[in-house]
Amino acid sequence: MTSPIDPAPRSATAPAVAVGLAPAPKTDRPAVTPGRVGRGRRSGRGRGQLIGWLFAAPALLFYAVFVLRPLVLTVQYSFYDWNGIGAAKSVGFGNYVKVFTDPDLSQSILHAFVLIIFFSLIPVALGLLVAAAIRSVATSKLGAVARVVLFLPQVIPLVAAGIIWSWLLASDGLINQLLDLVGLGGVTRAWLGDFSTALPAVGIIGAWVLVGLCTLLLSAGMSKIDPSLYEAARMDGAGAIREFFTITVPGLRQEIGVCVTVTVIAALASFDIVYIATQGGPGNRTMVPGLQIFYLAFSEREIGLASALAVVLVLLVLLVVVPLQWFTREDGS
Amino acid sequence: MSLLRSARMSRSGHRLTAVSALLVGGSLLVAACGAPGSSSETANSATASSAAAAKTATCGTDPVTMSGYFETGFALPKALTDEFTKQYPNVTWDIREDQFAVITQNAPRVLQDSPPDLMRLPQVSELVKDGLLLDLDGYAQSLGWDSWPASQLSQMRVSSTGERGTGPLYAMGLNYSMTGVFYNKQLAAQIGMTQAPTTLAEFDDALAKAKAAGITPIAQFNGGATGGLAFPLQNLMAVYGDPSAINDWIFQKPGASIDTDATKQAAQHLKGWIDNGYFASDVNSLDYATMMSRFIGGQSLFIFDGDWESGNLDKQMAGNAGFFLMPPKEAGGSVAAMSAPLTFGVSAKAAHPDCAAFFLNWVATNDKAREIDVTVGGSHPMGPADASMPTVDANTVTAATLAAGAQIAKDNGAMDFIANATGSIYAKSWTPELQKLVAGEQTPEGLLSTVQSDYQSQIGG
Repeated sequence: MTSPIDPAPRSATAPAVAVGLAPAPKTDRPAVTPGRVGRGRRSGRGRGQLIGWLFAAPALLFYAVFVLRPLVLTVQYSFYDWNGIGAAKSVGFGNYVKVFTDPDLSQSILHAFVLIIFFSLIPVALGLLVAAAIRSVATSKLGAVARVVLFLPQVIPLVAAGIIWSWLLASDGLINQLLDLVGLGGVTRAWLGDFSTALPAVGIIGAWVLVGLCTLLLSAGMSKIDPSLYEAARMDGAGAIREFFTITVPGLRQEIGVCVTVTVIAALASFDIVYIATQGGPGNRTMVPGLQIFYLAFSEREIGLASALAVVLVLLVLLVVVPLQWFTREDGS
Repeated sequence: MSLLRSARMSRSGHRLTAVSALLVGGSLLVAACGAPGSSSETANSATASSAAAAKTATCGTDPVTMSGYFETGFALPKALTDEFTKQYPNVTWDIREDQFAVITQNAPRVLQDSPPDLMRLPQVSELVKDGLLLDLDGYAQSLGWDSWPASQLSQMRVSSTGERGTGPLYAMGLNYSMTGVFYNKQLAAQIGMTQAPTTLAEFDDALAKAKAAGITPIAQFNGGATGGLAFPLQNLMAVYGDPSAINDWIFQKPGASIDTDATKQAAQHLKGWIDNGYFASDVNSLDYATMMSRFIGGQSLFIFDGDWESGNLDKQMAGNAGFFLMPPKEAGGSVAAMSAPLTFGVSAKAAHPDCAAFFLNWVATNDKAREIDVTVGGSHPMGPADASMPTVDANTVTAATLAAGAQIAKDNGAMDFIANATGSIYAKSWTPELQKLVAGEQTPEGLLSTVQSDYQSQIGG
């Protein structure tokens, strides 16, 4: 399905690497990206281009049927009051008005933004720290082991992670047992069933899952930073903290951008972890748009309202992610 | 991972996707501009008009393959179909199983697109509105279901206005189950409770004694999407008021309300139980399976649950489980309980409706089937009031629940479950509001007025 955009990343990663390797300003920088693509296009004019399209056609067809068509239909359904079976009734923008005025629905959007803290900010910050910490051992066996351990949550199905964590967080679960053991029996509770802690508890599961991904991406990015920069910094008398902020972080601009984008989308579109851990409860306290769309469409049979919320969710994701892309793409130096 | 890829994609990629999106998306947009949905209203009125004619229920003698869509984890339907094939070898079954929540979500689509001959159903009124279910009145007439106690079938009747309790019959029960209070006999003996409480005050007293003795009085499920405190709440409603008023509300009778003085007293009483710590402290994160394992494991004196667990409890805690109906305010007062048929329906487009009706009748009237209903299903069979009943060991909890069922029938105290009033009232209103009540974020009065206003917007819209 993604093959129509396959040719793009290959030409796109090249300049990305170049920028990562040498943050020093290039005089012909603005011309780099269009120039490369332009050269590729010119050499394959006419027949070659047609053959190219033919190769892409099957994938394009799949993309159209399974990605674009549902997208268009969702937008169409969002203007109807429809239960999925009977005749649909056009309601104009009524469903959209409801998305923003029904407190249950607008609150679920709010919860998704709270989850950004746990799904995005914490994993990226922790990922940076961890990656920096294991940078010195990156090539050794210890580094490999550390990366595997940290990446493990990515390999485990989210549903399994949700189930295990709901055991850990249960009132008689391991976490409460540990708290009891160290004399903190007073704070033990059913973390996922308590109104004040349910949303953060779900967030922590997400953070646990995503820290590994961020660490891996960021340490991969670090390995591409020119070691001579660190040497130069050290000669200038910089300490570890100074190194981190003047060389590591700016050098990882692209990778941080990717991490933030992916994790923010994971937060806004979260579904599986919440569905397994709390199903939106207690009292809608952990209801997120993804789950709400599912309930609206399949339990309450309000296909129109569910579609409207889905469209709003897509727009929200774009609204958050597009500026993010822009910020991390442009070279600020 | 497409997310990652699109994040890395540079602006050069945008042009290509934009072009293809415009090309293909545009053409599809043109193709899909008609309003979705079929005009199934006509199908509905067609079946309604032919309702009067009696229909013959038979499976014939030719080989028939019946398609069934049943609930995973319930052995009863499978046991019944196996026995049916033994007695009628020309009938074989093609059975698909899913969890009840999945069936609920799939019901409209499945009934429409791959019509089963027999399907486990959730609340039926919306399916009837969409013309998806077969009107069974013709069979009811020819098979004599009309002469059974009317309360057995009333919950599955839906009128043309969507009101339940009257109108054509759109589903049947394999048996009908009933809820009340199970208790652990050993723990009860520890607090000096040697017999089931006979008044609400006695029950309150037992709860207080259990709490004082360090025993969790009630481990009720109320976590996630399952507001299990609806069980004790509805039982308390029956103590304080008339169960028929609650049924009116569930059946969507015009003007019915769940926000009355009697229900307020019930909700306040429930709040009292919560405040006194009679429920497990983690009640808002308990799911049904955890409740069962705690009760069976002796970690709780009471649970509010249904007789579908009778067979299971007789196996897992033989001789140690007791059952009683929610006691009335005054000793000897009439009792009421949530009691509902294990609902099965036939798709309006089913291939073998005659055989499905024959099977449903067989389940209610065949001696062997009725025995399976009790021993495997744990609940009371459907059928005529004088039909045979299998003998059950008097020391089992199954015997206790069957006796309670007879008591409910005598007092005319059967109610449907308040979660079945509309398709979404449980998930949207009862569950979150009851969880808020536990957390102290909702008052008993606020709970009822919120549910009532949600109800009105759901049946109005």
